[in-house]
Amino acid sequence: MIEVKDLQKSFGENHILKGVTTTFEAGKTNLIIGQSGSGKTVFLKCLLGLFDYEKGSISYDGRVFAQLSEAEKRTMRADIGMVFQGSALFDSMTIAENVMFPLRMFTNQSKSEMQDRVDFVLNRVNLSDAHNKMPSEASGGMQKRVAIARAIVNKPKYLFCDEPNSGLDPKTSIVIDNLIKEITEEYNITTVINSHDMNSVMEIGEKIVFLQLGLKEWEGTRHDIFKTENKAVTDFVYSSNLFKKVRKMYLTE
Amino acid sequence: MQYLHNFGAYFLMVIEMFRKPTKWSVMKKLILKDIDDLVIGSIGIVSFIAFFVGGVITIQTALNIDNPLIPKSLVGFATRQSILLEFAPTFISIIMAGKVGSFITSSIGTMRVTEQIDALEVMGINSINYLILPKVVALTLYPFVISIAMFLGIFGGYTACVLGGYATSEDFITGVQLDFIPFHIVYAFLKTFVFAFILATVPSYYGYYMKGGALEVGQASTSSFVWTSVAIILLNYILTQLLLS
Repeated sequence: MIEVKDLQKSFGENHILKGVTTTFEAGKTNLIIGQSGSGKTVFLKCLLGLFDYEKGSISYDGRVFAQLSEAEKRTMRADIGMVFQGSALFDSMTIAENVMFPLRMFTNQSKSEMQDRVDFVLNRVNLSDAHNKMPSEASGGMQKRVAIARAIVNKPKYLFCDEPNSGLDPKTSIVIDNLIKEITEEYNITTVINSHDMNSVMEIGEKIVFLQLGLKEWEGTRHDIFKTENKAVTDFVYSSNLFKKVRKMYLTE
Repeated sequence: MQYLHNFGAYFLMVIEMFRKPTKWSVMKKLILKDIDDLVIGSIGIVSFIAFFVGGVITIQTALNIDNPLIPKSLVGFATRQSILLEFAPTFISIIMAGKVGSFITSSIGTMRVTEQIDALEVMGINSINYLILPKVVALTLYPFVISIAMFLGIFGGYTACVLGGYATSEDFITGVQLDFIPFHIVYAFLKTFVFAFILATVPSYYGYYMKGGALEVGQASTSSFVWTSVAIILLNYILTQLLLS
């Protein structure tokens, strides 16, 4: 579980996060949504420890990241998996080498043990025959699945995904969403997804945090989002006619 | 003010490079890969340039000696001095700033743009150590490249001299051996080691701290070449003043 209390972050005079408090539970897919410039990426980077913050705290199962020693931070980072918006695969390595990378860096496993684990996770993301391909030879959807495999290979407790569906066709997006949800439940991971994709919100959003101008404007489940009367949320989520109709149908049912 | 900021950030990067080391088994592979990319991969172009520039130095020296009182062996002497003291260590390094420096800046810059460096940081890896230290270690073999440039430069001069009929083979070889000061070799290799460090770190700095997209990667490569060359020329002056005067 990740607990965020009164998180505040500025860049000079520009206050990006103005005191966000929320909780992300283990075994659930938690989504952060909001308009561009609402502070989602900064929030995610604070959670990842890539940005220092001025006020507030972030604790991972009781461990406050900012209070940990360098060695403890290093150990904790081994518990974190991250899927970047552009996949961020190392383009000088094959797909198998990319997935094996965290094992080589953080474990003392033998080559055959690492190979077995790589085979297992690549199989898990339905890429059992892509070992020797280079990332540039893989499609966008395949790259995302490799990124997920790399993120989970070291059995992380926390999985962060930044726009995992960006640039993907609707069918592949659903595959990626379902994969993330299954993995989250299967391994009881605390998953936090930064997303613009309303399909994801309605399909896998077990907890949704809506950020606006650096503040938490609303939070709830995908069921709550159909019922909410919060104008900022409805303006954002139901900006398209299609989703207005979906909401109408949901409320009628 | 920006220059001062860059200067400070560069030194902080160099300090960070030696902190929190990457696992040796991983580092070893990175070093071998960088030796292949940066050192072995440069031998061809360095050999080509050294051979022909050595020839040009000899021809120009020979053509400018029209006084019959000056011995022909001076052609070999001037060629050796030019190549050992300046051409091989300094000008080959400036050429390498274009070849190796641009490669380093663009490869690290592309990793920055595509979030690969962020991925390393999220995993808790010291990305500066992981990316830059192998290049510094690989370029400790740079003097090997310069040795080849020295040999081929003088050999190119000899070939041009003999084939062009500017002096006899014996005259040229006599000139090459004339008044040889072993410290000049020490001076040349000391410079080479310093330039190797500059060649590895300045382009890495421009790649690592770049912001933006593909266009900015190109701009960073250009800046990297300019500032690597400036650093080499300035350090060349300072080292020459310190070591030879």
